[in-house]
Amino acid sequence: MKFGLFFKAGSSRPADARAMKEIGPVKEISKGELFLGFLKIGLLGFGGVGPWSRHVIVEERRWLSDREFAEVLGVGQMLPGPNTMNAAVLVGDRFQGPAGVAASLLGMMTMPLVIVTALAMVYDRFAAVPEVNAGLTGAAAAAAGLVLGTALKMIRNVGLASVAWLILALAFVAMAVFGWPLVPVVLVLAPVSILVTVLGRKLGWRT
Amino acid sequence: MTGVLADLARTFATLSLVSIGGINVVLPEIRHQVVDVHGWMSDAVFAHTFAIASAAPGPNVIVVSLIGWQVAGWAGLLVATLAIMLPSCALAFVAGRVLARWSGTTAVAVLKDALVPLGLGLMLASGVSLMRAVDRDVVTIAISLATAAFVVLSRRNPLWALAAGTIANIITLHLF
Repeated sequence: MKFGLFFKAGSSRPADARAMKEIGPVKEISKGELFLGFLKIGLLGFGGVGPWSRHVIVEERRWLSDREFAEVLGVGQMLPGPNTMNAAVLVGDRFQGPAGVAASLLGMMTMPLVIVTALAMVYDRFAAVPEVNAGLTGAAAAAAGLVLGTALKMIRNVGLASVAWLILALAFVAMAVFGWPLVPVVLVLAPVSILVTVLGRKLGWRT
Repeated sequence: MTGVLADLARTFATLSLVSIGGINVVLPEIRHQVVDVHGWMSDAVFAHTFAIASAAPGPNVIVVSLIGWQVAGWAGLLVATLAIMLPSCALAFVAGRVLARWSGTTAVAVLKDALVPLGLGLMLASGVSLMRAVDRDVVTIAISLATAAFVVLSRRNPLWALAAGTIANIITLHLF
């Protein structure tokens, strides 16, 4: 299937013609290669799969160019679900259709599931040891910090327009300050942010 | 048993479709559903499950798989994993094909400009909510904040911060 161009968040400006040239013909990647590539991504993805996806897909196997990969991730990010998993769906579909999607997802999930259940079994055996509990409480605190830090880092790297800051603030206040439930917040805020973005573009708010 | 599996499926399939920005965004809601609504596990067990999943490699949806495993064994793991994956993956599959046709149009650019900051705002709120749920004292709050700072300021693997947090809290146990 032919794959289109997507813009990085916030940049609907130049570079399109140049990027067009970078996109070569779609390569021949087998289902087995997809499975093994994503198996490696899942296995190496300590502390998040994102960086390893790029490393394996772009640098090691050269399935996609950097620009193509950024577009795939960008699409993955605006859809619900983990953006790396959405990226695996898009990459699998691009090379092998639905069977490629299945191969990629199976590859990405297999090793992490085996490892996480093994860890949980080990934990169950030693749960009564106070050090084990203190250690896990510390790890949970660090993992919560990891979520906060990742959000801050992404906000810094994405480069938001003024309208986008407004949407971000609305979502943050609704969840963190008022503690409203997620499902209605998303169902209300998604159309609202689309409306605000359209209005912003019409009125030329974008900077 | 079947009732529990159906509840797992319904709970996670719903969350799958609203998780704009990834699983991190829905973690507080998952805690709410698992601990407060269904009473499948205590707050402490949830925190430990979250910690174990964070220490394992792979996409962070595996926290959902592990919750399924804790609640209903291997069947629970399978049901929870499929429930959190299938809806969003099916949507990504369809949306990927549709968007490829419409790419470059203003509509797609607007959609992206609108939904990316929404996801980021939700993820930021999720970080704060998770700290509220998981942190018990000054030490754990400090561990959370230090980890956040590490992630923002350093390009090193965040697993280092996770290991440091684990060790720091064990040491504190012996100091007091």
